[in-house]
Amino acid sequence: MRRRPLIADVAVLALLVLYVVPFFWQLLTSFKPEAELLRVPPLFPSRLTLEHYGVVFAQSAMPRALLNSLGVGALATLAACALGVPAAYAMATLRVPAAGALMLGIVASTAFPQIATVSPLYLVMRGLGLRDTWAALVLADASFALPFVIWLMTRFMREVPRELAEAAALDGAGRWRTLVTIYVPLTAPGLASVALLTFLSAWNEFLFAFTFTATEASRTVPVALALFPGVFEVPWGDIAAASILASVPPVLIVVLLQRWLVRGLLAGALTE
Amino acid sequence: MGGPDMALHTLQPSSRPGEAGALLDPNARSSKYAARLLEERRAAIAFVAPAVLTLAALTAGPALWVFWLSLRQRVPVFGIDRFAGFAHYAFLATDARFWSAFRVTAIFTVTSVALELLLGLGVALALRGQRAGRRSALGLLLLAWALPGVVTARLFEWLYHPAAGLVNVALGVRFNWLGDPALALLALILADVWRTMPFVALFCYARLLTIPHVVYEAAAVDGATRLATFRFVTLPLLVPVLLVTLLFRTLDALRAFDLMFVLTGGGPAGMTETLTVYAYRSLFQTLRLGFGSAIGVIVFALVMLVAAAYLTVLRRQESRA
Repeated sequence: MRRRPLIADVAVLALLVLYVVPFFWQLLTSFKPEAELLRVPPLFPSRLTLEHYGVVFAQSAMPRALLNSLGVGALATLAACALGVPAAYAMATLRVPAAGALMLGIVASTAFPQIATVSPLYLVMRGLGLRDTWAALVLADASFALPFVIWLMTRFMREVPRELAEAAALDGAGRWRTLVTIYVPLTAPGLASVALLTFLSAWNEFLFAFTFTATEASRTVPVALALFPGVFEVPWGDIAAASILASVPPVLIVVLLQRWLVRGLLAGALTE
Repeated sequence: MGGPDMALHTLQPSSRPGEAGALLDPNARSSKYAARLLEERRAAIAFVAPAVLTLAALTAGPALWVFWLSLRQRVPVFGIDRFAGFAHYAFLATDARFWSAFRVTAIFTVTSVALELLLGLGVALALRGQRAGRRSALGLLLLAWALPGVVTARLFEWLYHPAAGLVNVALGVRFNWLGDPALALLALILADVWRTMPFVALFCYARLLTIPHVVYEAAAVDGATRLATFRFVTLPLLVPVLLVTLLFRTLDALRAFDLMFVLTGGGPAGMTETLTVYAYRSLFQTLRLGFGSAIGVIVFALVMLVAAAYLTVLRRQESRA
């Protein structure tokens, strides 16, 4: 067996500490009694309490924000896939006019800084009367993710054997039926990865959500967390509890669906 | 188009099928082929159009419109909306706050990307040799990357707390990390490295897994030292991945907004105010849409400059290979 270098073991151990401790500390803070928050050491509290979660659920904008984020994230994912999958199908299998230039533009648009497009988009949303609505965020998040969806799905669909599509055509299937019955099922794992990444980017998105929302009616989780109110002092325990709640979907996605997430992430850069 | 086609078919003489067929067939096939091409073209446009129109309206359109906005004096609260030419850019050229934000953006980008690439590469190499705990380590890294930037900002705000922050407790000091002008940018960079190093580590690690074992056996047979193996075998194979992550990370660092906006708000005394934070404050806090857009355009130009430089380097690499 190959000798394992000690330095690598130490590095991995240090890594685990540097990543476990901050997560654990935030979790512990969310269960610490208010009076013990600013007294460190001791590191561990005398008792654990749910009071911070009580405050977050009863007196903050978080419950509504969680609902908004779930709704906006799901709708934006749906919209981005509904628009992106047919486009990817055409790019992968049909002769699209100016396909090369189109794909170049799509890939280039992923580099556009949000801070540059936010002011025109703000005027668009205001013009359409969409300020402070889910619709504004769904449109912004879906169009932000759309280039990734098209780019990745085109790659996945190029790998589907042509013969299958031709066989379907011989059976009299039209293009839509070929897309729905052949291409979508065969690229389902890739589509799942793409949908996960889209949802995650919508869940985490801050700049657009901060700019296009004005009240609790449409504020998403990151916005509510950034604006978390403190009257006289910063409510560290409540903020920790709100942070934990904001982390639940990303944690679930990473823990349960790690494989799909990694596949989607790596597909973008590694398979050249 | 059906006209000539039909005519050819009816003209096809039955007396000399062989010769006439040979003459007429390619014509008939090519016009049928053209019709099919046309149909395919129409179908392709129908499939692509909704996505392309959406992107045109909500991404490409705004990307062009922001240039126009940056040439206007536009302050909605006072009903001001007039052409200003390059006045905003002229002002920015001598604006101390702009140059400070430019400097902060440059330091933040260069330092955090350099640290992320070095540490990410190191972590990937260290993880490769591990048997136990590799999956959970990857899960933890992925989690740090997958959390909302605002959550990371809140997490570090608490870790950096002067009295009760774990960082001070662990180091046995009482620094005011986020309030001290000398420390705030460093604190911000460390938080960003914590959050985005996993991205680099994951990419490098995935590439390492695809290097076949025989390559290393060959190096061992040749008596290569550990360092030589890394320098002449592993590193060259990692260069493409490192270049891609370098591009992604540089663009993201230039565009970063949420972490600094929530963690330090650009303070103390503007020590962590990046171009994006300055642009946001101008746009939506002092409500000067034209002026803020001009800063946004400059971020845009920087991003495109980096992307163009990267493509040039990549092309040179490819032509050398």
